[in-house]
Amino acid sequence: MNNLKLFPIVGSFAENKDMARDIRVQQLIPILEKGEDLVLDFENIDSITQSFAHALLSDLIRNYGIDVLDRISFANCNKTVSKIIEIVVDYMQ
Amino acid sequence: MKVHLPNSAFLGNIDAFLNTIDVSNPEILEITSNDKWISVHPVVLCMIASLGLEVRLKKPSGSIVCERFTATSKHYFERMGLFSFLGLNSEMEIIEHESAGRFIPLTQIQDSNSLSKFIEDMVPLLHLDQKHTEPIKYIISEIVRNVLEHSSSINGAIVSAQYYAKTKTIRIGIVDSGVGISQTIRHSHTAETDLDAIQLALTPGITGTTSKEGGTDYNAGAGLFFTKSIAKINRDYFILYSGQTLYKLLKEKSGKKIVLHSDPLDDKHSKKIKLPHWSGTVVGIDINLTETEEFTTLLDTIREIYTTSVRDRKKAKYKKPKFI
Repeated sequence: MNNLKLFPIVGSFAENKDMARDIRVQQLIPILEKGEDLVLDFENIDSITQSFAHALLSDLIRNYGIDVLDRISFANCNKTVSKIIEIVVDYMQ
Repeated sequence: MKVHLPNSAFLGNIDAFLNTIDVSNPEILEITSNDKWISVHPVVLCMIASLGLEVRLKKPSGSIVCERFTATSKHYFERMGLFSFLGLNSEMEIIEHESAGRFIPLTQIQDSNSLSKFIEDMVPLLHLDQKHTEPIKYIISEIVRNVLEHSSSINGAIVSAQYYAKTKTIRIGIVDSGVGISQTIRHSHTAETDLDAIQLALTPGITGTTSKEGGTDYNAGAGLFFTKSIAKINRDYFILYSGQTLYKLLKEKSGKKIVLHSDPLDDKHSKKIKLPHWSGTVVGIDINLTETEEFTTLLDTIREIYTTSVRDRKKAKYKKPKFI
């Protein structure tokens, strides 16, 4: 299992969608292309914006289909983070 | 161009101020002010700073004529950084007070990393608990990123905020002098008027970057809708002014159940459609800290309407085979 800790890259307020896109393109897609599963670890992240979550996840759902969520787990999400991820996953289906 | 700083201009009565802006002669900016007392929303300062940057870009010196301020509240404008933004010497000798807990002076943000740094530095200045800083950070991030991505503004975004202890309210202004909402929205949608464009821009899931539902990999068309929703749930003012049109979300009465709408024209609002033309976009919002809902509660409410709205539009576009 590939565990990607986001806090060292994006800090406690994950809002920089340029970073989100870079993470998706450079780290998430190569893992998924290899057929491996991954964990997105939100430890120490207090909050994220919908734009960040969208730039990180929407294209994965669009390109791999909603079943890609069977291969991605979200760890250590507080209420705010999990609710925003849920919003993006909801409207992408 | 001519701007007059009035006695009072906050989101509730800002229409009168906007009506007085004279946008003829874009080479020169003339600023006059009420001679007794001036009390204005930070968005007004952002607008004047933005106009100042515009004319200085064309003509670096001598393009701004500012009448000497005589109002007793004049030092406020010095502290907020207005005169230095305009490249003027106010000739005011003031002792700079510690800004913590009171205001965020006029700041120009021109790229993504500067925005992240600004948000990081801004939070301690506000001296507020997480419940209150969360929506503020959220709004500034989403709106300024909109400016950086869509406005084509050479000067980026001008941001400023002020905490009013008496009313326990944070007032935020974010302004750009870019192409405006109509031009941005028309890349992918039909909008005959500025109001049509503003209506679309405030609708969840609609972005100027694509006509596709759900947006692109990078844009979802949610930033303005989230911001308006935060204001609505907290029963606060929100304004969006672009081109010749002002959309103003009005305050909801306390005690009345809040219902979010995907169409901004279904919200309690006012609009003005023949104002002086603003080349760019002006966003102003108030956040009353005594009314602030928990951010997670707010997200639950937004989630419901956002998802329903996007799904309904997808359904409406869904084509069925035609059997004959």
